[in-house]
Amino acid sequence: MDWETLIPRIAKGVFYGVALLLAAGIVYGLTRLDYGVMVAYLDDLGRGALLTVELVAISVAVGFCIAVPTALLRASPRWWLSWPAYAYIFTFRGTPLLVQIFLVYYGLAQVDWVKDSFLWPYLREAYWCALIAFTLNTAAYTAEIFRGAIQAVPAGEIEAAKAIGMSKALMLRRVVLPRAFRICLPAYGNEIILMIKGSALASTITLLDLTGMARTVIARTYMPVEIFLAAGVIYFLLTFVFTRVFQRIEHRANRYLTAAR
Amino acid sequence: MFDLHGFGGQMALGALMTVQLALGALAVGLVLGLMGAVAKLSRDRLARAVGRGYTTIVRGIPELLVVLVIYFGSSGILTTVAGWLGHDEFVELSPYVAGIIALGLTFGAYATEVFRGAILAVPIGQIEAARAYGMGPWLTFRRIVLPQVWRIALPGLANLFLVLLKDTSLISAIGLNELLRASYIGAQSSKDAFTFYTVAALIYLAMTVVAEWGRARLEKWSRRGIARARA
Repeated sequence: MDWETLIPRIAKGVFYGVALLLAAGIVYGLTRLDYGVMVAYLDDLGRGALLTVELVAISVAVGFCIAVPTALLRASPRWWLSWPAYAYIFTFRGTPLLVQIFLVYYGLAQVDWVKDSFLWPYLREAYWCALIAFTLNTAAYTAEIFRGAIQAVPAGEIEAAKAIGMSKALMLRRVVLPRAFRICLPAYGNEIILMIKGSALASTITLLDLTGMARTVIARTYMPVEIFLAAGVIYFLLTFVFTRVFQRIEHRANRYLTAAR
Repeated sequence: MFDLHGFGGQMALGALMTVQLALGALAVGLVLGLMGAVAKLSRDRLARAVGRGYTTIVRGIPELLVVLVIYFGSSGILTTVAGWLGHDEFVELSPYVAGIIALGLTFGAYATEVFRGAILAVPIGQIEAARAYGMGPWLTFRRIVLPQVWRIALPGLANLFLVLLKDTSLISAIGLNELLRASYIGAQSSKDAFTFYTVAALIYLAMTVVAEWGRARLEKWSRRGIARARA
């Protein structure tokens, strides 16, 4: 027997050994945790989770409204329409969300005309800063997703719409956008999940979202493992429920395509 | 154009640290990703379960939480294990090591899916041919599958690297002096947050552009000798 055939067996043995050790460690660790703390601070974490959901829901909804026109501009053949949209998308996709949040939260506060404007009561709140940064960020990613979907609408369907004599606006409303929306649903679902997870960054500018709340509770109890575990489970449940709901939506929206199968 | 109030050197060091973090996490993540993909495609049920558990859990919780858990959570575990081994002192990971592990874990979870797709995309006929020559599973993997996996997985991995590059900013939350934290310190002491974060954003953009250029070069190189289908 030569060594080339021995390697998979050795790898398997090592793998089982490590897996067994890890499983034993995890089980032992789980028995040593203080579950009372998790229960005691569950409604704090629940309130944090509520803020997380609120931040994500608003920024995704507003981001959607910005993304549709941006995607249309980006897909335009005229450079003076597509170029600004491209610059916006490139800037927000090329820099970290955390930098964008800091720029809005710390950066805007020193610009004098911002401080003098009627918007200042909002712009000095961490809540609104986080919402602005999240919205602009998700709008850029979403616009790029929509752009791909708009360009993926089968040419035959657009030709058919033209042949019936639809105006450009009508064609957009009845054919291109509904079709593009269905095409990009899986990618769009991914983006929303990334947003749920990205919203944890709100905790860095003092907001008490799920992560922020977890960090506050840990500062009080000195029990990072228990509280982070609880927060992790809640995030996991959030994304899990969302994926399931989104699967239903996807299934319904594309029913006319899958019905035959 | 930008007055950095003497913090320019700090920013440059921070940028260097960011690059270091990204490359370190890339190395860890590539190994984890390849292992995860092999585990997920294995005939072994335990290996599949471990692979699935890894990707599901890591992709289901926020990156920031992974970073915080690795940094703050590991010290308790390490101290306990060190206690068993007879060291009665507090043990913790440095933010740098914790950051590389945390980012490597997340990169690896997403890379697992990319590698899995790439391994599946290797034509089955080639694997059958290798078997017919009498190659064992390991030799087949090393000589036939792996060399092609790099080419197929490259676009997906490059995308993940761009995400990783920006995720390095999360390590500032555990106090490592990378680019964002360096700008934060500069912003705090000079009260000129706008300039510092704009410069940070521009540096990240420049890194993205360089990475994008590298991706194009690598992809072209990886496709050498491969016949392109004419559209």
